[in-house]
Amino acid sequence: MPAQTLIKIENVSKTYTTSKEDIVALQTVNLEIKEAEFVSLVGPSGCGKSTLLMLISGLYPATTGVITIKGEPVTKPYTNLGIVFQRDMLLDWRNVLDNVLLQIEIRRLNRADYEPHARELLERVGLGNFTDRYPRELSGGMRQRVSICRALLHEPPLLLMDEPFGALDAITRDQMNLDLERIWEQSRKTVIFVTHSVPEAIFLSDRILVMSPRPGRIVANIEINLPRPRTLDIRDLPEFSDYNRQIRKIFREQGILIDELGKDKEGLGQSPSSEVDY
Amino acid sequence: MNEKSKKNRENKLVTWIRNYSYSIIAMIVVIVLWELAVKVFDVKEYILPAPSQVLRKLTGNLSLLFRYSLVTGWEILLGYLLSIIVGIPMGLMIFYSRFLERVIYPFLVASQTIPKIAIAPLLIIWFGWGIWPKIIVSFLIAFFPIVVDTVVGLKNTEPEMIYLVRSMGADRSQIFFKISLPNALPNIFGALKVASTLAVVGAVVGEFVASDEGLGYLLVVSHGYMDTTLMFAGILFLSLLGIIFFFIIEIIERLALPWKTEKESVLHSATM
Repeated sequence: MPAQTLIKIENVSKTYTTSKEDIVALQTVNLEIKEAEFVSLVGPSGCGKSTLLMLISGLYPATTGVITIKGEPVTKPYTNLGIVFQRDMLLDWRNVLDNVLLQIEIRRLNRADYEPHARELLERVGLGNFTDRYPRELSGGMRQRVSICRALLHEPPLLLMDEPFGALDAITRDQMNLDLERIWEQSRKTVIFVTHSVPEAIFLSDRILVMSPRPGRIVANIEINLPRPRTLDIRDLPEFSDYNRQIRKIFREQGILIDELGKDKEGLGQSPSSEVDY
Repeated sequence: MNEKSKKNRENKLVTWIRNYSYSIIAMIVVIVLWELAVKVFDVKEYILPAPSQVLRKLTGNLSLLFRYSLVTGWEILLGYLLSIIVGIPMGLMIFYSRFLERVIYPFLVASQTIPKIAIAPLLIIWFGWGIWPKIIVSFLIAFFPIVVDTVVGLKNTEPEMIYLVRSMGADRSQIFFKISLPNALPNIFGALKVASTLAVVGAVVGEFVASDEGLGYLLVVSHGYMDTTLMFAGILFLSLLGIIFFFIIEIIERLALPWKTEKESVLHSATM
């Protein structure tokens, strides 16, 4: 039973024009993403992972090439999706429930129709008792959960996540990975997930696309055949380590990771401190 | 850090007393030391009157002080309202149009670099002896921070936030009313507080130049008679006026921005 293609990316490139120079962020990307597929994009900082996500969402125009979603070319912001950024983008002046319901308000849908679903989503991520709190009262992990609920509220078939857990501590991050895995098992949305963390990508994905340093290209396409539903223990499986090793090898070939001291290349963010884009 | 949600009224009162008790005690200590210093060093009243002498003068001239406070307060209020009515739309225009920004900007800079005291006599020639020159000086001093902070507040909306709501299909008016404007409100209120104190300065400057009533006029006259004690009483009433305006804005701010913590508000006003 071959799954339907949801997103088709053909010869897409993106060049940013500044007053000084043209920066090629993305160079000729060809890609297909199937329905209900969980795809991760990994690569060094500035390789155009986020740019690709923004192109798919229609929020940035592509310089060349065509992106189609369900056969329709993307020419303006595509709205049948949910987006989660690294920063939670909650509105300080709205409580948790109203932040989630922003999705409905902007779409001019009936709030009462969606409020039970919003409460249920919050309940599912352990925030059932926090619906009337303001964002400042929540921890980073809780805030990001709210922003995920907001992205899921209108039940979009497509979820774009741009390093959603990049700002969280390791333990919270593990928990969020588990939560996301569980949500995905239940809803089977198409997810495109940008991350710097290879283990995170292996843990969550059906397929990992490895990108080269700028100008970004897709240099590897790795199917992850690990059983689902997944638990954190799959990280101890030998297959998991094999995938990890395989991707590390690609990073070395691309000059993203360098083993010998003194041969470091500038501007390639392999150290944790340079992983934060903001 | 994270205060529990169940903040009842009693708890708030206790917090308030704890927060302000030191300020009140410090104030009392300064007044007592002042009184003692004047007595001990036998300072002449026309140089520095003791707090008790100021109080006596104040009670003796209470109706005059109240009448003049009303006059000056009215000038401040009108100048202040004018600066809001002009300042916020001007900030919006600058934010939304590069063209208007370029047109307005030179005038904005000019209005701030020309000393208001220097043009006050000119305003008297144009608008006469009445209330208008005071309102206009007050407006000219107060509107600038409102314009600037409105623009700053609108500009500091995160681009990703805009992307997010555009992916929900938001139009320009939704972006403005649901995102940019509420996001700018803390900045705008900050500016409104600064402006409230500046409006007081403007009205007094206007009265200094030409007037026959008001607290600024009282200062000029009592200075003429070397009645330092009456000057102190006038200054006290002026600062009370300023404080009243400031706190009215503070209360409106708390009602309008309930999501801001009290701690933030106190810190904010402390920087004024």
